Amino acid sequence: MSTATVEEPTEVVAAPEPFWTRQRRLGLALILLGGLAAAVFGALAPSEDARFTLSENAEGAALSINGQYGAVLFGVLALVAGGALFAGLLKRWSNALLSAGILAFVLSFLCWQVAGEFMPLVDTTDGTLQLALPLILGALAGVLGERSGVVNVAIEGQFLMGAFAGALVGTMATSVWVGLVSAAVGGMIIAGILAVLSIRYLVDQTVVGMVLNLFALGITGFLYERLMQPDAPTYNTPPQMPEWRIPGLADIPVVGPVLFEANLLVWVALGLVVVIHFGLSRTRWGLRTRAVGEHPTAADTVGIRVRGLRYMNVLLGGVVAGIGGAYFTLVATGSFTKNMTAGAGFIALAALIFGRYTPFGAFGAALFFGFAQKLATYLGAIDSPVPSQFLNMLPYLATLIAVAGLVGRVRAPAADGLPYIKG
Amino acid sequence: MTAFLRKLWSANTVALTFLSMVLAVLIGALLIIVSDADVLAKFGYFTARPSDAIESSWAVVSTAYADLLKGAFGDPQVFSAWFAGTATWQQAFAPLSETLTYAAPMVFTGLSVALAFRGGLFNIGAQGQAVLGCVAAGIAGFTFGLPVVLNLLVALIAGVVGGALWGFIPGFLKARTGAHEVITTIMLNYSAGLFLSWLVIQQGIQAPGRTDAISKTVAETAQLPSPGGVLRVHLGIILAVLVTAGVSWLLNRSAFGFELRAVGANPHAAKTAGIGVGRTYVLLMAIAGGLAGLGGATQVLGTAHALTPAVAGNIGFDGLLVALLGRNRPWGTLFAALLFGALRAGGDRMQSFASISLELVTVLQALIVIFIAAPALVKAIFRLRAARATGLGASLAKG
Amino acid sequence: MANDHIDITVEPGEVHALLGENGAGKSTLMNQLYGLLQPDEGQIIVNDEPRVFKSPRDAIAAGIGMVHQHFMLVPVFTVAENIALGAEEVRGGPLGWLDRRRSRRDVIETSQRYGLPVDPDALVEDLPVGAQQRVEIVKALTREVDLLILDEPTAVLTPQETQELLAVMRSLTAMGKSIVFITHKLKEVKAIADRITVIRRGQVVGTASPDTSEEELAALMVGRAVSLEVEKSPAEPGRSVLKIEGLVVDDDRGVRAVDGVDLEVRAGEVLGIAGVQGNGQTELVEAVMGLREVRAGAVRLDDDDLVTMSTKRILRSGVGYIPEDRSHDGVVKEFSVAENLVLDMYDQAPYGNAFSLDLGKVGGNAKERIEQFDIRCQSPATPVGTLSGGNQQKVVVAREMSRPLRLFIASQPTRGVDVGSIEFIHSRIIHERDQGTAVLVVSSELDEVVGLADRIAVMYRGRVLAIVSPDTPREEIGLLMAGITGDTPEGEK
Repeated sequence: MSTATVEEPTEVVAAPEPFWTRQRRLGLALILLGGLAAAVFGALAPSEDARFTLSENAEGAALSINGQYGAVLFGVLALVAGGALFAGLLKRWSNALLSAGILAFVLSFLCWQVAGEFMPLVDTTDGTLQLALPLILGALAGVLGERSGVVNVAIEGQFLMGAFAGALVGTMATSVWVGLVSAAVGGMIIAGILAVLSIRYLVDQTVVGMVLNLFALGITGFLYERLMQPDAPTYNTPPQMPEWRIPGLADIPVVGPVLFEANLLVWVALGLVVVIHFGLSRTRWGLRTRAVGEHPTAADTVGIRVRGLRYMNVLLGGVVAGIGGAYFTLVATGSFTKNMTAGAGFIALAALIFGRYTPFGAFGAALFFGFAQKLATYLGAIDSPVPSQFLNMLPYLATLIAVAGLVGRVRAPAADGLPYIKG
Repeated sequence: MTAFLRKLWSANTVALTFLSMVLAVLIGALLIIVSDADVLAKFGYFTARPSDAIESSWAVVSTAYADLLKGAFGDPQVFSAWFAGTATWQQAFAPLSETLTYAAPMVFTGLSVALAFRGGLFNIGAQGQAVLGCVAAGIAGFTFGLPVVLNLLVALIAGVVGGALWGFIPGFLKARTGAHEVITTIMLNYSAGLFLSWLVIQQGIQAPGRTDAISKTVAETAQLPSPGGVLRVHLGIILAVLVTAGVSWLLNRSAFGFELRAVGANPHAAKTAGIGVGRTYVLLMAIAGGLAGLGGATQVLGTAHALTPAVAGNIGFDGLLVALLGRNRPWGTLFAALLFGALRAGGDRMQSFASISLELVTVLQALIVIFIAAPALVKAIFRLRAARATGLGASLAKG
Repeated sequence: MANDHIDITVEPGEVHALLGENGAGKSTLMNQLYGLLQPDEGQIIVNDEPRVFKSPRDAIAAGIGMVHQHFMLVPVFTVAENIALGAEEVRGGPLGWLDRRRSRRDVIETSQRYGLPVDPDALVEDLPVGAQQRVEIVKALTREVDLLILDEPTAVLTPQETQELLAVMRSLTAMGKSIVFITHKLKEVKAIADRITVIRRGQVVGTASPDTSEEELAALMVGRAVSLEVEKSPAEPGRSVLKIEGLVVDDDRGVRAVDGVDLEVRAGEVLGIAGVQGNGQTELVEAVMGLREVRAGAVRLDDDDLVTMSTKRILRSGVGYIPEDRSHDGVVKEFSVAENLVLDMYDQAPYGNAFSLDLGKVGGNAKERIEQFDIRCQSPATPVGTLSGGNQQKVVVAREMSRPLRLFIASQPTRGVDVGSIEFIHSRIIHERDQGTAVLVVSSELDEVVGLADRIAVMYRGRVLAIVSPDTPREEIGLLMAGITGDTPEGEK
């Protein structure tokens, strides 16, 4: 087998550090994006004003900029940010540079699209937050489960069950609050099945999650067609969640009407982000949850009930996701329809991963994805040539890029997805 | 004793499958009853006259399930009508034809998931791969206008390639960056769906003169041959059997099958033994994608004949259930697909005759798989019977 | 059954050694004492009171602490967080707000009281093993335990660190704590134990005092008189087969593990690599096998440049390889014995080709090897996972020795293997040597290296400190393993 070719012995050389560091790759990507924005968006944009009004319509004060000028300007800014990243300037601020670069790219795109039109900022912000609401809640549900080591791909199912239970019970009890509680219970039921099967019966968590999604789709669809469709007034006209206005705070421009003239879910979602963040990092429950998600055996040997904690967290997650489901029937549309969540649960999953399994990260990702969806509808309304499908694809593609390690590797908790078997 | 029981039960997969189906059917019956206002009304005076409630429950459940069976395997009345000469044989066999029609694409997507599973990958992406298979096969089907046989062949191959490309991506990412295939394939599923819904309304794809989202029709030469009339069954089901045999050979007899099984069971040992784990992942996902793409192709070329945003239906996710039910074995997957095809065909009849929503079938399918996946749960539910079954099992084991 | 009616008693202030071979049931016993496993029969009596431990929580409450063989620390937590975990200091009542300052203070206090230096703010994953072990001990001590169980604590330590640990154990017993010391190392037992209980196949086979001779203890442990010597004739080394020059390799975390190693293995000789585990031996071997990237240096097998070759090609050019972690890297447990026996040759004649396998040939090969290597299994179709550790290892040995070899690499060839299989595997290795194969043996068991090797290279922190003859006194090799080279400057040979 041995080859007879005689070669010089290989030189002993120390391998150099790789040239293509994360910063360099990201920098290059931003340079390309910025260049594209400046050239293409700039060339395509009409030389008309892009008006960003500080209201829900075309009226009132507005920020405005020449579309073509803006597209080029922000494109160049993105390019500069990319260049700085690539050259290794401001190393300490590389994340800020990256964010600034992406923001500039988005603004360049907006300048092109809005040129000659107007974009109502209140409406956009409000729509972004509203579309992000279920995503935030769903992603937080994921955080609760995954940080304790249970993979939750059944967020979609929990949404559907929550939306359905909220509509059904809310209608029958003619109370939006009873509906909200039922939605939480609905989400918890799916979470409960997930917990029992994966923790007690050690079934693969991803498998259970996917099957539960189909189960929830089937059972809500079945009951919808049997009960709700024939007799909507009795079963499917839930009361809607009221909007509450906090006097004073609601008068702040843009932020006021969005945050302080809102339904309860907005405050619940924002509050939960903070509560779960501090809960995880600063409390006994959080320390134990993280220990169970990282090294369950170690937690067990110091007397922590691994399975019990996992049960609790998955069920809590079910409650949160169920409330997220309530958004669809008690806030957004006013009635349940078959498969109405249409993949939102998976966008929430994407937000969870894109946000690196942290509450604030998930929150940011959910807002970003919500913005993409809002933008898609806005562009549809102004007859933009950019197809809405591609904007709707954005969350998925962004997550794909994130897990592929192009934007720094996303690290899941070490014991995520592994059942805990004693002994 | 418990260890013995465990062994007996895990060996007895047929019994487990059967019991899972029984449980699912019982829960389904419960759902039918509680969702029927008339029957529920009778339960209102259950203590006064229990017979009313019980009889009406039985009536509604038995009609529903009878329709399910008739829709899946055939209606005895139509068979006797055929023997009497008042109905055609086509009418008698139409239900079976429906069963096979629904089963065909699921065989492919099921094999896709099962094969990937054996290599240690959970291919949730069969749906997206099937969508790409639909797209490629559909476009090839109405574009090239090649002669008979060749046109069909090219369209089928296009479907395989389309799916394989969509499967290659997660395989490549897994091999190169370690990105988890569950996450990447979920993301690719929705991307594929959105891509399809954009594509069908583009010029050159959309059927001329239509404003709704539907593409041109696939040329007849590119369609999978079918007896026609009420019999929708097409060549796809025969192709499915052949491909099952092929996958079975690949898995058990080929060098690549050995590699993928080794990688699936213990990637570290496989690597140590010189097997290229990354290469195996890429190739495996491409093959799995190709299989799912073929499933999409049969859907377009066999039944749909044109692209619509929902042309792939749910076949990818059905494939997931089918593979799980078939325990990731090729022939098991084929039989599971046939079972689910039967449920689906029966569900159609149940919907139109007994007006029980087709979604009940989805619930039944999901429940069966849940029970199959958690054998300990089924055993716990049937615990009382398990003790009695021991005697029988023991004698079987000896014999 | 792992434990069969075992009785042991531990007195206050004593070190009670639990001696037994790998797999004798020592850890199982202690896991029951610590509440991780529940006994089917029998009881635990603490201070004259019968107790039932349903979980470690109960055991801790009863004053029992345990340092596991595989540390039970969360790598991404700090030392203080790890020590606090499960017994957190909290404020704010039901909210359970962590009191980090108090946790930190507790750690520092305990560490000073017992003379076990730990940094409360360091991340555990950044600490060396010795420090992690101290964290484990401090963790147990903050819980005010009276009885401390140490499960194989010296397996990962250098001889010097072992001495330090023994000193800590002495001071703990002086403060009235009891210690159960689980080990299979006779010398340490003799050095520290007040009483010795020997366990074999889940049963107590005897108790002994520390003055019992090593030979007697060994005989008790394995059930018969064993010769620790390996029978072999003097080596007749031939041409140089494997040549390693200036090899540099990083570990999984990117930290330099092998730092400029030069080695040479000649045909017909066994080169043994001695060293405490974690000093780069694993990475060295993996780099040679093409399983790990070579950062710098050359590895040549005769005229072949192994650095540029894939693992597959290396295996096929006459290299046999026994990986150190059998169940992780050596066998596919779900695969049959027959399949495992061709795991790296499945697509080579006669077993198959690039496309298909010849299942008949695969089965025939299995029958032959099972016979030849005395593999105890029901049939070639039995999944390997159901075999005993020794028989699994024989499957690996049989597979790797069933083709003509130029080089044979065995990493921890007898870890977790019963005595009978150890002797068998050792004799096969010598047999391979005598046929003119160059053999490289890596083992953290010094006895094994000394028994097998014709020359011994001692590795410390990624370097070969010296190459010595197997006749060198143990103490000298031990010092080298601890990085002490005496009057020779470090790195020079």
